[in-house]
Amino acid sequence: MVDPEVPVLTIEDLGVLRGVGVAEDGAVEVAITPTYSGCPAMNVIALEVELALERAGIAKGRVRTVLSPAWTTDWMSDEGRRKLKEYGIAPPAPKATRRALFGLEAIACPRCGSEDTEKITEFGSTACKALWRCRSCREPFDHFKCI
Amino acid sequence: MTTIIAADAPLVQYALRLADNALVLGHRLSEWCGHAPMLEEDIALANIALDLIGQARPLYAYAAELEGEGRNEDKLAYLRDASQYRNVLLVEQPNGDFAVTIVRQFLYAAFMAPFWRLLAGSRDATFAAIAAKAEKEAAYHLRHSAEWLIRLGDGTPESHARAQAALDELWMYTGELFEADAIERGLIERGVALDPQTLRPEWDETVDRVLGEATLKRPPDGWMQTGGRTGRHSEHLGFILADMQFLQRAYPGATW
Repeated sequence: MVDPEVPVLTIEDLGVLRGVGVAEDGAVEVAITPTYSGCPAMNVIALEVELALERAGIAKGRVRTVLSPAWTTDWMSDEGRRKLKEYGIAPPAPKATRRALFGLEAIACPRCGSEDTEKITEFGSTACKALWRCRSCREPFDHFKCI
Repeated sequence: MTTIIAADAPLVQYALRLADNALVLGHRLSEWCGHAPMLEEDIALANIALDLIGQARPLYAYAAELEGEGRNEDKLAYLRDASQYRNVLLVEQPNGDFAVTIVRQFLYAAFMAPFWRLLAGSRDATFAAIAAKAEKEAAYHLRHSAEWLIRLGDGTPESHARAQAALDELWMYTGELFEADAIERGLIERGVALDPQTLRPEWDETVDRVLGEATLKRPPDGWMQTGGRTGRHSEHLGFILADMQFLQRAYPGATW
């Protein structure tokens, strides 16, 4: 199942899918975790998981939202990072770094690979992305924020 | 109209205080949607609002569960009157000009970033989980508001004057952030809540560093306003609630 806002990634690639199991009452339980507390995609994801369970002929299924442990970009699969980059979104750094108040980030342009890039705004088209610009090829691009 | 009396169990109160702070500030920021000085900032303020409302939701859900009176997050948000809200006065202050909004955000975020980081070690598993999530978001809110404050303070004479005026006006609401009453002291002893005084050195350091870069003067600690956390609010909260709660008051139980 793909993410509604980053349609090249599955919810498994993203690390949003935390597990599938059978609960004590026999129901199939799918655990998901939000990327950001207020991510509006969570409702759509939950609904689509419920529909997928129904389509698979599972009579008793439900979605459980878990908050702990808190989602981190470290859970994004390598496959997910590769697909993001091909889609034109700079993937998060492999290890989530806690940046100090005035730290610096170096993000490579997903189109030309140049590291001569600059941040336009910390808050982009979705909660999980920031908007950057490449000084070499002049293209603006989304960067998947590292948290 | 349903009258709901806020439960007084300390844990419920603590969850409500945190939730109300996040919801009221989130609502305030959402008022900028479509009105911010530039598109990027419009998106940023809406994003921060979304994070804050997202933080409020599990806190309300937890408060409702602990209370056990059949309320849910919507009832807590939409069907309590101003005197039942438990947020600090800082977050309900009007948006003012852009400098007021940024200063309010910075003063709050400089407190909340370390607050969530430390609350992630709470003995209460739900608070710890919510805090671990919120901390990552608060770090972004702090950085964003600090960068703007520096830009405004160290900008033109006009932006500097406005940023300083905003700081002077809002400073009297910062004392309340560091208060802990009897409700919280019991929770602090149990390792559930945080003693806000422990955050003072880090808050001071962040504020001094950013104000220094922004060439702004830290106002002296004079008379500090207080009362929001026990339901005594400024006149502004009623107007926020009138806006936010209109639909549920006019059409009780409406869903779509």
